[in-house]
Amino acid sequence: MRAIQDFFSRTLAYWQAAPMALVFGFFFLLPLAATAMVSFWEYTEYSIEPAFVLTNYSDAFDGCISSLPDLCTTFRTYLSTLFFCGGTWLLTLIIGFTVAWFLAFHVRTMTMQIVLFTLCTIPFWTSNVIRMISWIPLLGRNGLMNQLLLSLGIVSQPQEWLLYSDFSVLLAFVHLYTFFMVVPIFNSMMRIDRALIEAAYDAGASGWQTLWNVVVPLTKPGITIGSIFVITIVMGDFVTIGIMGGQQIASVGKVIQTEISFLQFPAAAANAVILLISVLLIIVGLTRLVDIRKEL
Amino acid sequence: MRPADLELATVIKSYGDTVAVRGISLKVKAGTYCCLLGPSGCGKSSTLRMIAGHEDVTSGDIVLGDDIVNELPPAKRGTAMMFQSYALFPHLNVRDNVAFSLRMKGIAKAERHKRADAALELVAMGQYAARLPAQLSGGQQQRVALARALVTDPQVLLLDEPLSALDPFLRIRMRAELKRFQRDLGISFIHVTHSQEEAMALADLIVVMKDGVIEQAGSPQEIFNAPATEFVARFMGGHNVLTVGAKRVSVRTDHVSLAPAGGPGKAAAVQEIEYQGSFVVVSLKAADGQELTATIAEKAFYAAPFGLGDDVTVSWDPANEHLLTN
Repeated sequence: MRAIQDFFSRTLAYWQAAPMALVFGFFFLLPLAATAMVSFWEYTEYSIEPAFVLTNYSDAFDGCISSLPDLCTTFRTYLSTLFFCGGTWLLTLIIGFTVAWFLAFHVRTMTMQIVLFTLCTIPFWTSNVIRMISWIPLLGRNGLMNQLLLSLGIVSQPQEWLLYSDFSVLLAFVHLYTFFMVVPIFNSMMRIDRALIEAAYDAGASGWQTLWNVVVPLTKPGITIGSIFVITIVMGDFVTIGIMGGQQIASVGKVIQTEISFLQFPAAAANAVILLISVLLIIVGLTRLVDIRKEL
Repeated sequence: MRPADLELATVIKSYGDTVAVRGISLKVKAGTYCCLLGPSGCGKSSTLRMIAGHEDVTSGDIVLGDDIVNELPPAKRGTAMMFQSYALFPHLNVRDNVAFSLRMKGIAKAERHKRADAALELVAMGQYAARLPAQLSGGQQQRVALARALVTDPQVLLLDEPLSALDPFLRIRMRAELKRFQRDLGISFIHVTHSQEEAMALADLIVVMKDGVIEQAGSPQEIFNAPATEFVARFMGGHNVLTVGAKRVSVRTDHVSLAPAGGPGKAAAVQEIEYQGSFVVVSLKAADGQELTATIAEKAFYAAPFGLGDDVTVSWDPANEHLLTN
């Protein structure tokens, strides 16, 4: 009896961690392992066979090396996805940091902070798709924006680049994901001792100097976490790019989705693994900038 | 370093309808250790922050040397502030913390490191230059904060309750160090505290404040021996505040002597006896209802001890009676 008690008290921490570990194992690690496994299987137009072949991977990069310096479809798709990823990251970072800065340092009362924070969440009260579709009457050929520009005489004919373009995709991404930057950055900023800002002022630092030398370094953990959110979401996205790009813009997520719809599961799995590795590489690069575990 | 006099001329600070500082005037000669002393909410911190330039002056002037500095930002005033919790930048090592203000001024790396190291040597923290603040003890952090304030060669150093974050033992040691630095540097220190013991130990000039006005300013001896008001007498401690005839007077508790009942003086009963080592504190209740305290040297007390409830006679030399104004 005593021995059993000892065993449980010694392993208590493991028992406490077990439920989460099980959920994590079943719903994350297991599917991931299955995806990795399927990515090595063989498939034809009518069958999928368990095997261990690398053809799915070599097909993904078919002709990519031989056609250099011209870019193959896969490389161009990745480049386009990286462009949206980088652009969205930069814009959400700038806007998110500014909003968080305003909320954390310029809004004085807690009540007002909560009110404004809730305002930021309003876009999330409707579904992703509805929010995207709402851009169409605004940005379309005969949309509000074009009517406004025409009536003000700024342009002489409707602008095509407003919708179904790189611009509209970026716009939708920024609109959808800025809040994912705001939250962690705001959280980091709220932990900054206000006396540090005063100390910087006392030392003769200007507003920009304080921002760059005190606030930004101390906000790095929040910036990193927000960046991980935005980058992982945008890298895998195919819905936003599809709708806002008028189904004309390629993305890695779209490639995978197309392969799945043609039941080419091994090929889709291989592309998913490649995407996963690229995203992990980006995040490893980011965390190199700041050790999150240390900062948390 | 150019030691300069500091002068406040009817300085007022109000936040909307609440007035924190109600027109105080004060002269602090160069090289003075000045303590602003008072309970919380007395306006001492607001006063310090106005001198520092972290709060605007509502009206009145702050004069440092020959210049009115009301409108100048902190770094242009020739003051430097040491914050209550030190406010060291957690992401910068000790050297970069000290060199921060120099970096903001755009001084080249080699030069600012040289000056930061010199400031660190001054506070005997040279060997910790590469550490992060989190790796230092409270006392070490305080020295770094001091070095960071001194690296700008201020004429006046402003300290906001600098010892309150330390444990009692360390507090007494750092107190002695602050005094030594002030003497060696020859500049004025303005030190905000709510501890009269701290003020007495450090200050050349104690400024006792209450409700936004100065109750009394003077040397520790002047304040302790001749408190001007009842508030000062009570706040400094060690005083009996009594009504004699129609007047309010104060008598130091160690100037009160006790004798067996029946002698000339005030009849009283012993309420409480506290042994404090070198002296004994006797709490008394006089026949007329007033409460008194007598501190009596250990030897004298035990030569003729009194017990709880004993009737005694309390007396003092009338020359030790100080008239209080209200």
